[in-house]
Amino acid sequence: MDQLLMNSGFPILSVLIFLPLAGALMLLLVKNESMCRYLALLMTGIVALLSIQLLAGFDRTTDKFQFVEKHNWIEAFNIQYIVGVDGISILLVILTTFIMPFCVLASWSYIKTRVQAFMICLLIMETAMIGVFVALDFVLFYVLWEAMLIPMYLLIGIWGGPRKIYASIKFFLYTLAGSILLLVGIIWLYVVNNYSFFIPDMMWQNYSLTAQIYLFLAFFLAFAIKVPMFPFHTWLPAAHVEAPTAGSVILASILLKMGTYGFLRFALPITPDATEVLMPYVLWLSIAGIIYGGLTALAQSDMKKLIAYSSVGHMGFVTLGIFVLNIDGIEGAILQMVNHGITTGALFLCVGMIYERTHSRELLSATGVGKYMPIYITFLAFFSLSSFGFPGTNSFVGEFKIIAGAFQFETALQKFPYLAMASIPGAVLAAAYMLRMLQKIIWGGTNNPDQSWITDLNSREIVTLAPFLFFVFWIGLGPQPFIDLMHTSVTQLLQQYDAHQAQALAAASAVLQ
Amino acid sequence: MLFLPELSLLGTGLVFFFLSLGKPSSGKIKNIAISLSALTLVASLFCLRSEGNLFYSAYQVDLFSQIFKTLIALATLIVLIFSDRLAGVKEEIQAEYYLFLFMSVLGLMMLVSSVELLAIFVSLELSSFAVYIMVPMRNDSTTSGYQVEAGIKYLLFGVMATGLMLFGMSYIYGLTGSTQLAVIAEKLTQLYTQPAGVIAIVLVLAGFFYKLALFPLHFWVPDVYEGAANETTAFIAAVPKLAAVALLIRLVSLVSGEGEAIVNILIVCALLSMFYGNLSALIQKDVKRLLGFSGISHAGFVLVGLLTLQITGFSTAMYYIMGYVFMNLACFLVICSIADKGGNVAIADFTGLHKRAPLLALTLTVGLFALAGIPPFVGFTGKFLLLLGALRQGHLVLVILAAVNTAIAIYYYLSIVRVTFCTDTEDRGTIQSSGMNNALAVFLIVIMIVMGVAPSQFIEFASSAVQHVM
Repeated sequence: MDQLLMNSGFPILSVLIFLPLAGALMLLLVKNESMCRYLALLMTGIVALLSIQLLAGFDRTTDKFQFVEKHNWIEAFNIQYIVGVDGISILLVILTTFIMPFCVLASWSYIKTRVQAFMICLLIMETAMIGVFVALDFVLFYVLWEAMLIPMYLLIGIWGGPRKIYASIKFFLYTLAGSILLLVGIIWLYVVNNYSFFIPDMMWQNYSLTAQIYLFLAFFLAFAIKVPMFPFHTWLPAAHVEAPTAGSVILASILLKMGTYGFLRFALPITPDATEVLMPYVLWLSIAGIIYGGLTALAQSDMKKLIAYSSVGHMGFVTLGIFVLNIDGIEGAILQMVNHGITTGALFLCVGMIYERTHSRELLSATGVGKYMPIYITFLAFFSLSSFGFPGTNSFVGEFKIIAGAFQFETALQKFPYLAMASIPGAVLAAAYMLRMLQKIIWGGTNNPDQSWITDLNSREIVTLAPFLFFVFWIGLGPQPFIDLMHTSVTQLLQQYDAHQAQALAAASAVLQ
Repeated sequence: MLFLPELSLLGTGLVFFFLSLGKPSSGKIKNIAISLSALTLVASLFCLRSEGNLFYSAYQVDLFSQIFKTLIALATLIVLIFSDRLAGVKEEIQAEYYLFLFMSVLGLMMLVSSVELLAIFVSLELSSFAVYIMVPMRNDSTTSGYQVEAGIKYLLFGVMATGLMLFGMSYIYGLTGSTQLAVIAEKLTQLYTQPAGVIAIVLVLAGFFYKLALFPLHFWVPDVYEGAANETTAFIAAVPKLAAVALLIRLVSLVSGEGEAIVNILIVCALLSMFYGNLSALIQKDVKRLLGFSGISHAGFVLVGLLTLQITGFSTAMYYIMGYVFMNLACFLVICSIADKGGNVAIADFTGLHKRAPLLALTLTVGLFALAGIPPFVGFTGKFLLLLGALRQGHLVLVILAAVNTAIAIYYYLSIVRVTFCTDTEDRGTIQSSGMNNALAVFLIVIMIVMGVAPSQFIEFASSAVQHVM
């Protein structure tokens, strides 16, 4: 238990987890629709403010889990309620708590039916998402990981677009089927680890290579579907397109990060030998995802679909960064997770705003609104620039670090720069499809539909978008505070990984002699 | 005193016998049934901690049997409350219907206390024959004679299963010279390597496989579920399964670590049950049929706990069947509430339920997600703990295939949730649900969540009960 810094005093993580749930229960009693909106905003707002407290108390100099709380849950099976954050998870927790109030704001006028149920779903989602990022007991993790499928399914299935039934079922089945083998893997780990579900105890153990490979494949299936990596991405465009704005934002900004978080938290430390063996395949799948996502996005006429496919490409960069296994790559990957959460979340909000006006997601029906919505297209332009990694914006820093990491990638014999080079066309494609969208929306052509009736953003919408823009530039121009948060944990992760590899190598050569 | 719940049921039976002689109004009968059933529940709770022997040690009263009796009484009460209209049964024979229902419950209660082969046989038959009669008592106007077909199928398959069981019992008696389970357990330890011992045990188990609807004795399920009145199906789907699991625990605990052949047979039965149940359920249109097939696959899951031959396995199996009964009753509550005049319910009949009856829609959804094994509901915790127990004993292949089954099953549960929530009402009216019914629905939702999130107490209770058996 030496890797834990116990929390004394205010149980901040538990409060972050359970406050939204308490809010959801309170909402059950509220009948008035606008009261529901205000209460949901209040709860998510309080959670966001409380999470600043977490940031303030976070110790950047240690890789140990902090703010740890520990209680017995199911004693007969040694299942515990343990939560804690480290440098890898803290940014994702903060991202979650900060995105949620804006999801509520974005649904203010978008959701007109069954507001109470909608807000309850949002708040339950928040509980589950924060819980997934801070859970240190594998059962707790899995319970929350699966439990969030239900509110997400309902968000898409009830408030979604015309093909909501297809999209929601596909989302549910795909993600559930993917995590089934993860469950078997978890139980297997429990049995070999003296009947313990405590995640840090499972790391850096000497499981046999065969076992690790099976375990890695189980992890991979669950996480790759969530990311989603090519070729497991087909649920994503459907779900994104049909989900209401808040649902799309949650999906893009937070849910996708759970897959990459899973790779970092579980796949690397628990199955390091298998990671070493299977890494090349994952890397090439990432490259395939980058190129495929870019090319497909280029061909879309539906704005939500376009952004959804761009997510496949962006998340390809993240997995690329993780599996080059060096400090630049992984730090870039974590930063890029946050960046993608901010930028893509904001882009989905933008599409949602135009959809509320034109009731269409088609690019062609939104052409030429630049003249009538100057504030809107200012935001849209900045977020688009950020999306393809324009210097000065947040994604530039992330992608730069990832590609720098990819250039440092070496195989056992030599440097291997082809990986980084292969990812470059993806960055070019990103510029192509984003600029194409931007050009159409702002200027369009001679046969633009009549857009003169359209109104520009109201103050609620500006308030919703402005913080995103703030973070785009903050991370773009001064990323150091964010990198500091994760640096110790990532360094430690890599050191332990290298130590484990050296040990495995020594053991292998001892056998040979 | 030890016999109080059973006495209360006998009294209830007598009351309904006399009621059936007259012409009482159906509202009056219903109220009497609910109150007397509540009385039985109170009696079982009252006797929860009593222990002792009756009838020359053929009848054992301990925590294990008393918990099951309480659960049986509770499940019966729940069924009676939500089937208050009893729309599926002819008006003029409702008193008789209740008479047989309570006799069946009496048989089941006696069954969980029986520790002697003949006592087991007699109580099993008492409970079965009463149900054989209940099935064809359905109102003609809602079906075209299906109920008779269902009744006959139920009877014939039941008699066959009983025959197998008796044959197995004769083997056991021949091998051990006793009908007392305690004596048999001792003598049987040397016999697990012998084919005769294996066959004897498996044949006796077959009788309860039938009650639990486990492959290969599941054939009656779809037709009986569809043919019987909704209320009867709810009863068949929940209450006898409790007793069946109780007896399976008693019988399987006879098998010691030597019984590898028996464990292998159980593994095969469990897997075939899951696959058969889930794959067949995928294409069903009738909700009761669908739940029947899903019940077959859940029976397979219960068996996963039993075949570990460990106390933890038995107690999780017990926990699982408890949870299963609540999940199943939640679904049947909704079915009985929306069935017009007691007819069968197709999946399409749930269209737009979230607008017509929000609470019922929520109950159904929670029940289905729980059956599908999605956290935080009891179905997930149960399945998880069962798989965990099985992997502890090294049954890796079984665990993987069982997990795959969870993924298959999710589709058909979701297809019901889909029509409930994601479609809009065409022109179906709202559904009136009584206050009692709503309270029951809330109770079932709460218990499914509580059992799922905080299973510790339940598991400990179950394992202290199972300790009495081992």
